[in-house]
Amino acid sequence: MSDELYQTRIVALARSKAGAGKLVAPTKSARRDNPLCGDRVTIDVKVDDTGHIAEIAHQVRGCLLCQASAAALASIAVGRDAAGIVELRLDAERAVGRETGKAHEPFDAFEPVAAHKSRQECVLLPFEALQDALS
Amino acid sequence: MSFDVAAVRRQFPILFEIIDGRPVHYLDNGASAQTPLAVLDAVRSYETTGRANVLRGVHRLAERATELYENARADVARFLGVQPMEIVFTGGCTAAINLVAHSYGQLLKRGDRVLISELEHHSNIVPWQLLRQRSGVELDMLPLTPDGQIDLDALPRMLTSETRLISLAHVSNVTGALLDVRKVVDAAKTVGAKVMLDGAQRAPHGPLDLRALGIDFYVFAGHKAYGPNGIGVLWARPELLDAMPPFMGGGSMIGRVTLAETTWAPAPRRFEAGTPAIGPAIGLGASCNWMAALDWTAAHDHEMGLVQRLLDGLQRVDGTRILGPASLQNRYPVVSFMLDGVHPHDVAQTLDSFGVAVRAGHHCAQPLMDRFDLDGTTRVSIAPYNDNADIDALLAGVEHAAVTLR
Repeated sequence: MSDELYQTRIVALARSKAGAGKLVAPTKSARRDNPLCGDRVTIDVKVDDTGHIAEIAHQVRGCLLCQASAAALASIAVGRDAAGIVELRLDAERAVGRETGKAHEPFDAFEPVAAHKSRQECVLLPFEALQDALS
Repeated sequence: MSFDVAAVRRQFPILFEIIDGRPVHYLDNGASAQTPLAVLDAVRSYETTGRANVLRGVHRLAERATELYENARADVARFLGVQPMEIVFTGGCTAAINLVAHSYGQLLKRGDRVLISELEHHSNIVPWQLLRQRSGVELDMLPLTPDGQIDLDALPRMLTSETRLISLAHVSNVTGALLDVRKVVDAAKTVGAKVMLDGAQRAPHGPLDLRALGIDFYVFAGHKAYGPNGIGVLWARPELLDAMPPFMGGGSMIGRVTLAETTWAPAPRRFEAGTPAIGPAIGLGASCNWMAALDWTAAHDHEMGLVQRLLDGLQRVDGTRILGPASLQNRYPVVSFMLDGVHPHDVAQTLDSFGVAVRAGHHCAQPLMDRFDLDGTTRVSIAPYNDNADIDALLAGVEHAAVTLR
């Protein structure tokens, strides 16, 4: 078997469903679709007066990688502002091989995706939605 | 008569590739079929012994190229049961539908209606939406039955005296459902509408008799029919081709050009502006000949036997559902399924690790996915060169995904 893509950490992240759901009265929301595969992510956030995320929730209609990425993002997004999310995205892009350098937890879990170019957008789609919501 | 699948497989070198230590189990034929040696040889022969532009050159290579190109047109015509001058080479199936939407579309007026269905490939939806934007033609949608067939019982209420064209998939690229063409043609006649079939998923499964079908337009793609990429076919009744204005302008499609005005060449050249895809057209002619030489009664039985093996196997995996006709009746060997709790892309990725190539997602049929509230499906599309080992490898992969990913 060479299905190293679905390593335990990625599957566990997806199953954790961290942050899955909707927020009541979010400050902002955004939905992003991947037109190639049809994956869809909706992110709700509550943002404080200084632009920092106070609460986050996501709804994913997409693959396990997208679910895992959304869960990973939701697990550490609170307390960060738009610039902080850019930093996190950079880390995710390091993990999938689009940026140089070593990725940090939790996004280092996505390092196996570096070998699967067609699946990298699945990992980045939640970031697209969150960055839309914060923009 | 039994079908010698091993003899067919020997004609497809790619089926003997080993990737990461695993044989290739290619079940993504609905996206792009593999190409037999006969097609590769025909293209290579043109490129190495006859490469030149067609139609205008007086040198012998140009004459050779022109003869090969026109012979290919005749080969395609024979495969479809029509005349060569009724065959227009296009860039593909999408290009062919766009040609009709633009060219035949110019003959339509505001308030005229085009009828399609909810299961169409985007290539048979978007060109009509663009026509609607350009000219005010209205678009109607036939609904679907719960098992993913076009609900033809709705035809009488969907057709109006303004319906000018019905454009439907001959075989669904998602559900594999075969259209009851006779029913569509009979209904179309009651209002004087033309009928176009998107044959992308039907043409790869044997010769056709378009005249007997009673339709007006037919399109299909070379790369799904064991031919090269970048080539497709539009067939239309000659009186329609004669009435249709050009879609694209350029060389080869003209009668006479002056700075003041231009007259058009007769069909099919009127619709083949510029240098055509000569090598791919020659390859498509070869693939039509290759298909025509197969015993399709045996090949179809073989393909449907694999579908039965697949359906039986999927039934044994907990949580699988089929989107499409459950029986072998009224279907072709395109099978979509869902595995509860596992996204289709994850199923397909797992299958890849078993050496199995399938397609997952919306299959360029998002309205169909919306109709059934699906994220997507995993699609298995079968060709005559597939065998039991391909289906068994797929079933092993699906079982693995069911255990590990939910």
